[in-house]
Order: sequence, then C-alpha cells, then structure tokens
Amino acid sequence: MKRQPEAAWKQLPNKRRIEGTGNPFPRKNRCKGTKKQFPMKSRIALFLMSLMLLASLSGCGAKVTLNVFNWGEYMDETLLEKFEKETGISVNYKTYDTNETLLAKMDAGGSSYDVVFPSDYAISEMIKKDMLLPLDFSRIPNYKYIDPQTKNLSYDPGNKYSVPYFWGTLGILYNKKMMKDPIDSWNVLWDPKYKGQIIMKKDVRDSMGVALKRLGYSMNSTSEAELRAAKDSLVEQKPLINGYYGDEIRDMIANGDAAMGVTYSGDPMDLYWDKSADFSYIGYVIPKEGTNVWYDAMVMPKSSKHPKEAAIFINFMLDPDNAFQNSETVGYTSPNTEALKKMREAYPEIFTMDAYWPSVEVLKKSEVYVDLGDVKTLYNQLWTEARVE
Amino acid sequence: MMKVVKRTYMGLIFLFLYAPIAVLIAFSFNSSKSRSQWGGFTFDWYLDMIGDRQIREALTFTIVIALLSTLISTLAGTVSAIGIHYMGRGVRTAVLNVNNLPVLNPDIITGVALMTLFISSGLPLGAVAMLIAHVVFSTPYVILSVLPKLRQMNRYTAEAAMDLGATPAMALRKVILPEISPGIISGALMAFTMSIDDFVISFFTAGTDATNLSILIYSMAKRGVKPSINALSTVMFVTVVILLFIINRKSEKGEELML
Amino acid sequence: MRMLAWPYVAWMGLFVIIPLVLVLLYSFTSGDIHDMTTWRFTLDNFARFNEPIYIKVMADSFLLAVASTLICLVLGYPVAMIIARADLRYRNLLLMFFLVPIWMNFLLRTYAWMSLLSPNGLINRLLLSVGLPKLEIMPGQGAVLLGMVYNFLPFMVLPIYSVLSKIDRHLLEAASDLGANRFLTFWKVIFPLSIPGVISGITMVFMPAVSTFVISALLGGGKTPLIGDLIEQQFMSDRNWHFGSSLSIILMAVILLSMAVMSRIDANQPVEGRRAA
Repeated sequence: MKRQPEAAWKQLPNKRRIEGTGNPFPRKNRCKGTKKQFPMKSRIALFLMSLMLLASLSGCGAKVTLNVFNWGEYMDETLLEKFEKETGISVNYKTYDTNETLLAKMDAGGSSYDVVFPSDYAISEMIKKDMLLPLDFSRIPNYKYIDPQTKNLSYDPGNKYSVPYFWGTLGILYNKKMMKDPIDSWNVLWDPKYKGQIIMKKDVRDSMGVALKRLGYSMNSTSEAELRAAKDSLVEQKPLINGYYGDEIRDMIANGDAAMGVTYSGDPMDLYWDKSADFSYIGYVIPKEGTNVWYDAMVMPKSSKHPKEAAIFINFMLDPDNAFQNSETVGYTSPNTEALKKMREAYPEIFTMDAYWPSVEVLKKSEVYVDLGDVKTLYNQLWTEARVE
Repeated sequence: MMKVVKRTYMGLIFLFLYAPIAVLIAFSFNSSKSRSQWGGFTFDWYLDMIGDRQIREALTFTIVIALLSTLISTLAGTVSAIGIHYMGRGVRTAVLNVNNLPVLNPDIITGVALMTLFISSGLPLGAVAMLIAHVVFSTPYVILSVLPKLRQMNRYTAEAAMDLGATPAMALRKVILPEISPGIISGALMAFTMSIDDFVISFFTAGTDATNLSILIYSMAKRGVKPSINALSTVMFVTVVILLFIINRKSEKGEELML
Repeated sequence: MRMLAWPYVAWMGLFVIIPLVLVLLYSFTSGDIHDMTTWRFTLDNFARFNEPIYIKVMADSFLLAVASTLICLVLGYPVAMIIARADLRYRNLLLMFFLVPIWMNFLLRTYAWMSLLSPNGLINRLLLSVGLPKLEIMPGQGAVLLGMVYNFLPFMVLPIYSVLSKIDRHLLEAASDLGANRFLTFWKVIFPLSIPGVISGITMVFMPAVSTFVISALLGGGKTPLIGDLIEQQFMSDRNWHFGSSLSIILMAVILLSMAVMSRIDANQPVEGRRAA
C-alpha cells in the first residue's frame, strides 16, 4: 500500500514551486537584467515587478499554472509532479474540507479554479446555477476507460460536465465486539437495545436520507408528508443516539465509543488499509433497504482560465497507470475499468468487501443524491427542528 | 501554606492546559493514522512532514501572516486605544461598540462579508486580503487589552510631562507606553493567537494560491488528519518552548526587559 | 491625542461597517445573493426567527456562554493574580506557558480532548484500570463547557493579569497597615482596581462564546445546536445568506445590549486606579 509515509517523504520537493511561493533567495538573473545599472526609480519599478512575478507563481515564462482544488488527502500527490514533468504545465494544488465550503467559495466568485472535485448533489447544483464549463471530451480520450455504469448519472444527465473520480456508498460502520445480533437494516439505528450506542451523521441529506429510506421512501423525496414523517422518526430516534457527528465517526467507532455509526464507505476502507493496527473488529454493512451511492467527480468551473490544460489534466488522471496509482493511494473505488482490473490483480480480497465492491442487488435499490432545489430549505428546516426538539 | 495552595492550583491549571497537548504529541509517534489505536512507535510522520510540500508552504505562510498581522494590529491597536481613551464618553462608547463587532460576530459572518467586500471592490483574494482580514479581527483584541491599562493609568501624568516641556510624542514614549506595556504585550500575544488559529475567515479570504495550516488541517478532516500534522505541532511546540527559555535566560540579566 | 484613533475609525468604517451594512442588507431582503437586482425588501427573515426552536437555540447558547464566562473568571482570576505576584523573572515565562497550548491548532486540540474524554477514551481507560467509575461527560454539555473554558481561559487571564501587574504594592501595604485582612484587602482594594481588566476579559470571552459551534459539535455531539451552528448552517449547507444574516443581526443586537448593561455596571465602579485610592 502506497499510502504509508515512507513513500511520501522520499519524494523530493519540486523546485519551481518553492521559488514561486516566495523563496527569499531566488536564482540569480532569473528575470534578466542586474540591479546595478538602474537608477532609483526603475529600481523601485523593478522591485515591484519582481514582487509581482513572485506573486504570480509562474516565474518568467508564460507558463500555464492550473489551479486544482481537491478534498484534503484525496490524491496521490506524486502524480502532480509526474504531470508537471510530462506536460510542462504547473499545478497549484490546494485543498478544501466540504462540498459546502467549495460551493460557497465558487458561488462568491473572485477566484479562478481549473479543476475541482465536488460530489454528486453539489455538481447538480453547480450545473443548475450555470457554474460549470462543458467538458471537451475530444481532449479527454481516456474517458473511454470510465465504466459506462458510472456515466450519465442523474446529477449530470447526458454527462456533459463531469468525469467520475471515486465512488462509494453510505452505510453503517460498526464494532463487531459491541453488536448483539447481525445487522442488515437501517432499523438497527432505531433499536432501543443500542441506546447511547448509535451515532448519526451530522448532515442534512444523510440523516434525512437514512430516515426516508428506512420508511421506504426515496432519499431524494420532495414530498412534504414523507419528509415530515422522516423528521418525526429522527425525533423519535434522538433519545437513543450518542450524538450527531461528521468525519469523527470513523475514529469513534474504532475506539469503541459507540457501537455503530452512519458513515461513507471510505471510512471502513481507510481503516482497512491502515495496516499498522488491527481493525478486524470493524464491520461495514449496506442495509438491505438500499442506500445512497455517492460520486466525487472532476469538473471544470466557469472561472477556469485554462480549460484546454484542465482537460489535459483530467485526461492524465484517467490514464490507466495513473488512475491505478491514485486508487491505490486513496483506497476508494475507482470508476476506471483499467484501474479496477489492476486493483483486482493486486488486491483481490477487497473485491469481497461491501465497502469496496457492493453487491449489484443493493446498488439497484440505491440512489444518487440530486440537487433538491427549493425543497432544500424544507430539508434544512426539518433537520434543524429534529435536532432542537 | 499559601505557597503550597498556589503551586497546587497552578499545577492543576497547567495539567488542564497541557493534557491535550501531551495527547497530541503522543499521536505524532503513533504508526497508525487512526487516533483510536496505538499501532506502535514510529518517527515516520516526522520524515513525512519534512518531505511534505503542502505542509511546508502552509507553515511558512501561516507564520508570515501571523507575524505581520500581529505587528500591524499591535501598532494600530495601541495607537488607536490611546486615541479612544482620550475621546469623549459618547464617541468612545460608539467606537468601542463597533470595535467589538468582529469579536462578537460568528467567524462565518466576518469571513463571508469580507470576502464579498473584497470581491466587489476588486481586491484579489489571496495573501493581502487574508492579511487585512487578520488585522481586522485581531486589532479589537489589542484595543480591548490596552484600554484597561490606560484607564488604570493616572490621566494627569502625561499632562504633567507635557507641562514640564515634553512634546506629545515624548510624553507618549516616556510616560504612557511604559505604563501600558503589559497591555500591549498581552494584546500582541492574543493577536498572534487569533491569527495562527483562524480557519473560517482565512478560508474565505484565501485566493487560489494562498493557504494556511488551519485550512490544510481542516481539509484533512474527511480522511483523518495525518499524524504528520501532529509531528509538525510537536516540533513547533518544542521550538517555542526552547525559545522561551533562551529569551528568559537572556532577559534575566537585563531584568525588567519587557514588563 | 484623540486624533490617534481616527485612522482606525476610518479603517473600521471600511472593514467593519461596510460589511455590517452588507449583512444588514442581506437580512432585510430575499433573492439571489449575488444578483442585487433580484433583491426584494422583506421582513420574513426576522419573522422566521420568532419560532420556539430559534428562541430555544438562542437561550441555550446564552446559557452556555454565561456559564463558560463565569467559570473562566473564577478559574482565571487566581491565575492572573498568581502570575502578577510571581517573581519578575518567571512572570513572562508563566504567561507564555499559559498561551503556548492555544497556539496548537484548534481542531487538533479538540480532537485531543475527544481522545481524552470520550466514553472509551484515555481518561476512562485510566479510571477503569484503577477500578474507578467511568466519567460520562462526552458527548454532553459538561464536555462542551470544558472545551469552551479551555479555549477561552487565556482571554480572561491576560487582561486581568495586565491590570493586576501594575497595581501599586504600597496600596496593599497601606491596607494591611490599616488593619485589613487578606480578604478585605482583596475585596476592597485589589478587586475594584482590576475591574477594567475583568470587563475586558468578560467581553473577550463572552462574545465569541455565544457564537461558538465547533466545540459544541465535537464535544457535545450536536444534540443541542447553538446559534453559531445555525448561522453556519444557513451560510453553508442551506446557503440562505439572507436568513443567516438576520440570525446574526439578532445575535449581534442581543449581545451588544447585554454588553451595554455590563458597561453600565462598569461605569458605576471607581476605575481610575491610583486616583481612586
């Protein structure tokens, strides 16, 4: 597994980038002309110019720098250097924490991003708000490696704007030592037997979605009656739960702080790949009622100044070798058929895990989130009420 | 007797303050990425930290912004506090209320409002915007910490100095500043603390090429914060502690260097 | 001297007042947030607040903020006094050691508290191993209070310390010469002289405490949402900046009002140090 530190520290820093971000000792003469021969005024001008150069990250040449904005720890960053070496395009790689912060920031404008990695419902909202550029697939020939089943999904009908990056499910992460019976249904989260042992997800869509699914409704329901029923069942569940948490659930369940929690499939995968400790007591189940299938995909915001290079970048990420290397490091399920083939050869055991490779039957009953439009307000309101009451 | 009580009390308070720091340091040596299990002792995260380009960039940026914003807000805050102190009661109350706004507003409001202001005024988001934002939310703390010292000071000493022929600048430097220096120092410390720890406002004012440690750390939450960050915190912590001891040793000779 | 403040007043006008006006505008309108032409005047955002749940959330937030401010004061005052009375050589060092922990990243510190306090956390494992009963405070209000005190304590200690550090020792000697015992000296001399510092401390702890939310989310398990939580939700997941703004305007008004009450109390105290003596 590549995610271990020894692989990461060996990589040498990329020189060009360090200069760009303010090396106090820039290489001499990098911008031609020596200071001595200029009078005071032009010296100031020169100083300002060199400041601007330093600030623009690009050095002297008219080299293109792509602004790539991704979730933290969600890419094998050695690939960035490989990309820079292969194409001569530099990458300014920055990270964000949630779809919401990404949306808020893109929505406000003021910064230009070339490639970002939002999830399904966020993409759907971006498309509705006309925030994305259609992709030029003629520049992305490697798109052919993408599994057709992960194309044309409801968040991007016609698949004009996005290329799936990783996908997974929502399910229940549990501590085998603390469970009394085997679990297969969302109902277990409402079982009084486990009072204080249940952690729900602190997220409108996930918590409302689980409640809806348990009642047999769609996770994208827009019916007020159904939503109110879901809210009532969340209120009913509240005395049983330990708390509403986000990314912390993984560590809390692993620590035995509670018996089970609603998480994304990436969490059991993270624990699975962490070979420095024994996490075999951790299980993950996708309830039989079906669940949410999530996708994180690469898209190109309208603010992109280099759509051509952005397409080259997306194509690079889809290259079978790169996609394999990336899914090895990240550990989530890739939509890239070639990468999957290689993963199956290298790690056959993960294809027996629900978290990595869910069964077709359960996927059939599952849904991808779509943007709810105006109903979102009702979701938020009910969710707030459920938590306060 | 009193001494024992005092020592015990301070001991307990320091235990309270440092317990989580000890945990944080311990996890920097944990080979497992999960905080729930001890996977064995390792130095790997320290090596990982040294090789990590993002961490290095973010660290430099964080420190530069923190130092600059501390410097600016301490200067501005001290000077303004003196001005505010000599204002009439009505104006002073009004100014102080406005001054309190960045302290009482949820970060998200300050962040979003400043971002909107910067975008609509054409100032590009990035290092400069972030620096301005940090000065905006740090300065009120400096003012709030300098003002009590001014109120404690005898109003007439400065006037007496000027009666005796001192220029206002001299009165400021020789009479006022030495009196209020503990307030200035604690204000500067708070400004530094606020800057180094801010996430929300920094996130919204950061452009595409600026990032700080908080942004980096929060963005790791989804996958679990890498223990390399704990390693970095440990190094920072140890550095600060060593620096403090060196400075203290030096100032022992010069006595009352600061306070 | 007062003109020294004018540049800052101008600065505040630019970076505090204008954003505030913006927030006010949002709060009284509805429409697409980035397209001013779609904005329409409305009072709905404020009307929406008048529901029991929002009142409850506001009350919860205030209660927690008041409680944590009081705890910080009670815990912090003695600390400030001890540091102010310490040998000159150690004062700076003590003060710095008080601050250094909060230079470590907030999220990491809070995670560390979770590792300590959680049901199966380090403290409970320790207690269990020596046969003591478990400490069941996380998730819950107890843990939230602890987290808030942890984060805000320095902001109480510093201003009180800086005021105490320059109280004239002769005053204390005079008091004891006149027959005051330790308690009386404290209550009649030291405490009144330190009021400006206490007020600053309360301001700097109480105001941010009301709008805090990450601590309550992580240590309290999000079962008691706070006003900061709701405001964040409006700006982030709901992306209803209009309602979020009106929530924060209400929050601002209530806090400023309670601070005005405080400053009235402040005004009735003899504060000008040496002159008062």
